[in-house]
Amino acid sequence: MSGAQPILQVSGLSKRFGGFVALADIELEVKAGERLGLIGPNGSGKSTLVNCLCGTLRNESGTVRFQGQPMDGLAAHQRTRLGMARSFQLPRPFGTLTLAENLRIPLLYAVQTRDSMPEAAIDKRCMDLLRMVGLHEKATRLPKDLTQIEMRKLELARAMAAEPKLLIADESMAGLSNQEVDDILALLVKLNEEQGITIILIEHIMRAVLSFSQRLVVLVAGRKIADGDPRDVVRQDDVVAAYLGS
Amino acid sequence: MDISFDLLGNALVSGLLLGGFYAAVTIGISISFGMLDIVNIAHPAFILLGSYIAYIMNANFGFDPILTAIVAMPAFYALGVAIYHIYDVSFERRGDTALRGLSFFFGLLFITEVALTLVFGVDYRLVEAVYIGPTLHFGVIDLPLRLLVPALVSVALMVCLHLYLSRTFIGRAVQAVAQDPLALRLMAADPSRIKRIAFGLSIATASLAGAVLIIIQPVEPSIGREYIGRIFAICVLGGLGSFAGTLVAAIILGVMENITATFFGPSWAPAVAFGFLLLTLAFRPSGIFGRA
Amino acid sequence: MKNPLFILWLIVAAALTFGLARLVDNAYFYFAGYVVLQYIVLSTAWNILGGYTGYVNFGIPAFIAVGAYSTVVLHKTTSLPLVAMIAIGGALSALLGVGTGYLTLRLRGTFFSIATLAMAVVMQTLVTNWDFVGGSRGAYIIRPATVQYLGINYIEYLFLIMLGLSIFAVATARAIEKSRLGFGFATIRDDELAAEASGVPTLKLKLIACGLSGGFMGMAGSPLPYYVTYLDPASTFSLSYAVNTIAMPLIGGTSSWLGPILGAILLGTLQQVATVTISSAVSLLIVGVLLVFFVIVAPKGILGWFQK
Ligand SMILES: Nc1ncnc2c1ncn2[C@@H]1O[C@H](COP(=O)(O)OP(=O)(O)OP(=O)(O)O)[C@@H](O)[C@H]1O
Ligand SMILES: [Mg+2]
Repeated sequence: MSGAQPILQVSGLSKRFGGFVALADIELEVKAGERLGLIGPNGSGKSTLVNCLCGTLRNESGTVRFQGQPMDGLAAHQRTRLGMARSFQLPRPFGTLTLAENLRIPLLYAVQTRDSMPEAAIDKRCMDLLRMVGLHEKATRLPKDLTQIEMRKLELARAMAAEPKLLIADESMAGLSNQEVDDILALLVKLNEEQGITIILIEHIMRAVLSFSQRLVVLVAGRKIADGDPRDVVRQDDVVAAYLGS
Repeated sequence: MDISFDLLGNALVSGLLLGGFYAAVTIGISISFGMLDIVNIAHPAFILLGSYIAYIMNANFGFDPILTAIVAMPAFYALGVAIYHIYDVSFERRGDTALRGLSFFFGLLFITEVALTLVFGVDYRLVEAVYIGPTLHFGVIDLPLRLLVPALVSVALMVCLHLYLSRTFIGRAVQAVAQDPLALRLMAADPSRIKRIAFGLSIATASLAGAVLIIIQPVEPSIGREYIGRIFAICVLGGLGSFAGTLVAAIILGVMENITATFFGPSWAPAVAFGFLLLTLAFRPSGIFGRA
Repeated sequence: MKNPLFILWLIVAAALTFGLARLVDNAYFYFAGYVVLQYIVLSTAWNILGGYTGYVNFGIPAFIAVGAYSTVVLHKTTSLPLVAMIAIGGALSALLGVGTGYLTLRLRGTFFSIATLAMAVVMQTLVTNWDFVGGSRGAYIIRPATVQYLGINYIEYLFLIMLGLSIFAVATARAIEKSRLGFGFATIRDDELAAEASGVPTLKLKLIACGLSGGFMGMAGSPLPYYVTYLDPASTFSLSYAVNTIAMPLIGGTSSWLGPILGAILLGTLQQVATVTISSAVSLLIVGVLLVFFVIVAPKGILGWFQK
């Protein structure tokens, strides 16, 4: 593993929707190069946490530090430019752009703000990314021609296109076949091992989470109830209770 | 000093009454925009339609404008249902409510205005009724019935709608559609149908709002536009869809406009609503009572 | 097709138009042609914000008025050439666009539209109460009979100016479409949250679109006082400007620079004919009905018929 300094530090983060507390006092540290699994029952606040990390939602209290820098007040696009990228749980493709153009956006607006890329390199990069998720034959099609599963792949590819240092995949694998899950997992592990990208994986498929994660964090009702080695965590009483119902 | 104090007192009271009337004009938008998130900018056009129907029945048969409006409500409801159906099929399901949905309502607003101009010309039209002339006097304060009756009608309309929305199954479903479409599906109600009913209701209120409008002032086809700024200002300021908020916001605007008209001249009054709207949007988009 | 080449084509088309106009040599042709060209600028401008980013501006008359009334003021106080007045009117109008956008664009998109609607009303109130520009009575502008250094009469000159503005607007719109900016605009139209997550600074881009769109509208409005010679608030703020400007791109097709041109030429010509043969009210009614018809039945406009 490369280095032990944290890439992401979350302290005292809380988020409310009206009177409803979606996240309460979350503490979390992610080391650079780590593969972290984040699980929790439906509605436990996982996606909300992602939204607060990435600036899609504003948290009322607490701070998020990315590479040591506080993210307070930074808009989502600024965080993406700094190297945080996420996929949306419900895919949100750009409907009037082709698949290749969909991937072009983060290249133009995130990667190019860091270092310039010639036109040809951008085109090639789009195709490479599409090939990576097996969508290269549909490069000139519109997202509406895709199946739900293909949309998830596009969503993930678009997050990767931003060339992040931290990639957050929010349930990218729901509905995929076993084989496809394994393919995506292999892809993520490869990104992590070869390029040192830190990855947070949110997933309901236990098999996938366990085989992927080096560390596992559990959210229940907006609180972090466990954080540690995956095999230990899943044996913890309260985690079992949360999943099976007490 | 005495005189300007009387002026201020009268401006306040008639502003209060005007506010009551504004609430009636806005209530339809509170339902369609506030609850259903349908930006029906054509609402003032339907209100004007109500005014002209009241005018026709009054001028030709001497019917009372308010009674006419109540009788016409079912027709307005049906019109609303039909419009929502088109809107739903053409824009909501295509996911194009922003650009084309808005333009659709803008087109309706325009067509109504031009059609009314073609039929009735640009002359001001007014109605006659026993309560339009007299004024009650309380000391230095004047209470013109022309303002009092619309304010009372409008409060009555709000109370009825409030009771309907809070006491009946459909009414509660309408409120659910506003807050939580998922809960609605759990109630086994079809969101499309509920929205159709609610939109029908919002247009039905335009019938009555139109009648009180022509009681308060003579109308011509383009005055509907003046009300766009007003009703959206009130609706947003009142916190989108809250009836109590709407009433309070309407009264605030009515009083402000009246004071502006009294002390700066009536030609400045339309700017008040706009200023209000812009300031509200810029600084308190969740309304005076909402959480910022 | 590269941009310089495209501009060359536009200039050729414009030269042919002007040549045709000289050939016909009828004052009415210039008057009618001016209106159509003005609508090409207006609808192209509107489409930069509406068609590309999906934000609907209803306050078109307010932007036109900023251009027109700044010309009235400049005409009364200075002896600037018309081109300079257009630049100033455009700049002021762009400011109005950015200002309105800044106040309302951080909210839901529809708030922006509502604000622009109300803005037209308030601008009208302001102008109506502003005596220097004639208040509700309106202002008379005496236009020169000819333009000495070109040797043409003034209406021909206005026609030529509007032709130039059309080229400027269309070339800008097309350049945006093919650029990084254009892709950014499209993501705003499609999904703002996803755009932000992909690094697109949505607020900044929206403000750019507002400024460009408002600026061109102001420029289209700047020569108006010289064209009408009598400018009054009621006709400057008439709803027909707004309806036409919105209907033209929606009928032509909002996805490309060609749509607003198609719409402006078709609707503009249709209206000139209908106004002469029937009445101006009926011709406006036709525009309204066409607008509603197209948004319901042909959401991609005329251009949509030619795409598969
Ligand atoms: N914009 C919002 N407004 C109000 N409540 C919200 C909003 N977004 C999420 N919530 C609520 O916050 C809670 C947490 O939601 P979140 O989407 O973060 O859960 P999750 O852990 O991602 O669940 P899932 O596994 O189903 O994706 C839920 O109860 C949800 O209803
Ligand atoms: Mg989730």
